[in-house]
Amino acid sequence: MLYDVIMAGFGGQGVLLIGDLLAFAAMREGRQVTWMPAYGVEMRGGAANCTVIISDRKIGSPLSVEPAALIAMSQPGLVKFRERVRPGGLMVINTSLADPESVARNDVEVVGLPANEIATEELNDPKNANMVVLGAFITKSGAVSFEKTLDSLSAFLPPERQRLAEGIARALQRGKLFAQEGR
Amino acid sequence: MEERIMLKGSVALAEGALTAGCRYYFGYPITPQNDIPEYLSLHMPERGGVFIQAESEVASINMLLGAAAAGARAMTSSSGPGISLMQEGLSYMAGSELPCVVVNITRSGPGLGGISPTQGDYKQATCGGGHGDYYLIVLAPSSVQEMYDLTIRGFELADKYRNPVMILGDAILGQMKEPVTLRDAKPVTYDKPWALTGPKGRKPQLVKSLYLKDGEMEVHNWKLAEKYRRLAEEDTMVEVDEDADADIAVVAYGSCARIVISAVEMAREEGIRVSRIRPITLYPFPSGEIRRVSEKVGRFLTVEMNTGQMVRDVRLSVAPGCDVRLLARPGGAIPTPQQILAEIRKALE
Repeated sequence: MLYDVIMAGFGGQGVLLIGDLLAFAAMREGRQVTWMPAYGVEMRGGAANCTVIISDRKIGSPLSVEPAALIAMSQPGLVKFRERVRPGGLMVINTSLADPESVARNDVEVVGLPANEIATEELNDPKNANMVVLGAFITKSGAVSFEKTLDSLSAFLPPERQRLAEGIARALQRGKLFAQEGR
Repeated sequence: MEERIMLKGSVALAEGALTAGCRYYFGYPITPQNDIPEYLSLHMPERGGVFIQAESEVASINMLLGAAAAGARAMTSSSGPGISLMQEGLSYMAGSELPCVVVNITRSGPGLGGISPTQGDYKQATCGGGHGDYYLIVLAPSSVQEMYDLTIRGFELADKYRNPVMILGDAILGQMKEPVTLRDAKPVTYDKPWALTGPKGRKPQLVKSLYLKDGEMEVHNWKLAEKYRRLAEEDTMVEVDEDADADIAVVAYGSCARIVISAVEMAREEGIRVSRIRPITLYPFPSGEIRRVSEKVGRFLTVEMNTGQMVRDVRLSVAPGCDVRLLARPGGAIPTPQQILAEIRKALE
């Protein structure tokens, strides 16, 4: 099985980081995986995106023309990739900064969650809005095991960032809950 | 299973250099290869090595020449325009038979060009690049694991043949992260009795590329030619994914070869019989394997991220009458698997 997802947002929202964590968790599950960031002109324009591909066999192209899923942290990120998600695919959208109505497709599953509000108001942890979205994405897609992702956190974070593990875990759990209960 | 770690291509390459025993790095910044010096500026000194940000690419390559003449394993890295500036030094090193590793994480060109992935430097890399009758050993990794493995192999081949080695990558390979298994095995090393280590207790010796005496330059050229012949015989590397009843063979290297893997999988799902050939050494070019496959398969498709450079080597390699087509995307454009599949179908019409 091959699962590919594009994650897009503004530079600084941590879209490359959640891609990195997803890829890391998949590697720890023993899967093949690639993480391909956009760089250069896109980075300089203030937008960021990456493609993560997870597979049970050797991965060819690390880029995806029609991904199975999109994580949109921002409206420009949503606009840039909304047409490319394959029919039957999944879009997880940060409704704090992107409008799910603008997807204008009925052949994909759309999950919207106000990640910035959740992270800021509920968790008092605005930087982890990206992790709230990742938690919802992993739960909805099953791309990797949620528990394995939590277990990977300490190995994923460098020694000087270990103190962040608890907050990330809480944000991932909150995203999972939202995906399960719709609020 | 050995432990896999997630590394960026540029970092895997830098780690490969350290594993190979490289303890001297000289370089000048240029996108998209800055992750290599960034990593080495931290880790080279930690492992007892020397990291120098030189004042220019010309200075870098000549520092490399000096380190290599002293017998050290040394490396520089750059991109397109910077590599062009290094050509004089590379020619001198090939002429002086000095081993080194030079990394080119390409930019599209000509000129200052762009920073997106490209294979526009194939011609420069495989034809020597500088003046005179010489070649570089050119290695083309296609995965992050190969960014690590082929860098180690590069240092070994450089010493084995006393010749500069170029690792030819692009921004996809440099920026992408994949799981990598680091190796425990020690790299192969070679005695360097020719190295300039100070003449104490032995006769002074000379490393040079100047041959003015009657006939001696020709002798030197034939010596180099014999070396390249032996290199082709012993160390040509190629990956062949062969279908014994193939109707077409697709040739690509580096990042482009990854996209071809996806295209070939799609073609095979449709029942198309297709073989896949991936040159790993671009010089020496795997002409023998291409010839062998072409004697059974009448159609070839070469896929390149340039306007068509390797295709000339493919055409020179195939059996007479073999139809060699080209799918070319220059200037930072990347072919999609769907586009390659369409080209395969068209070739078989």
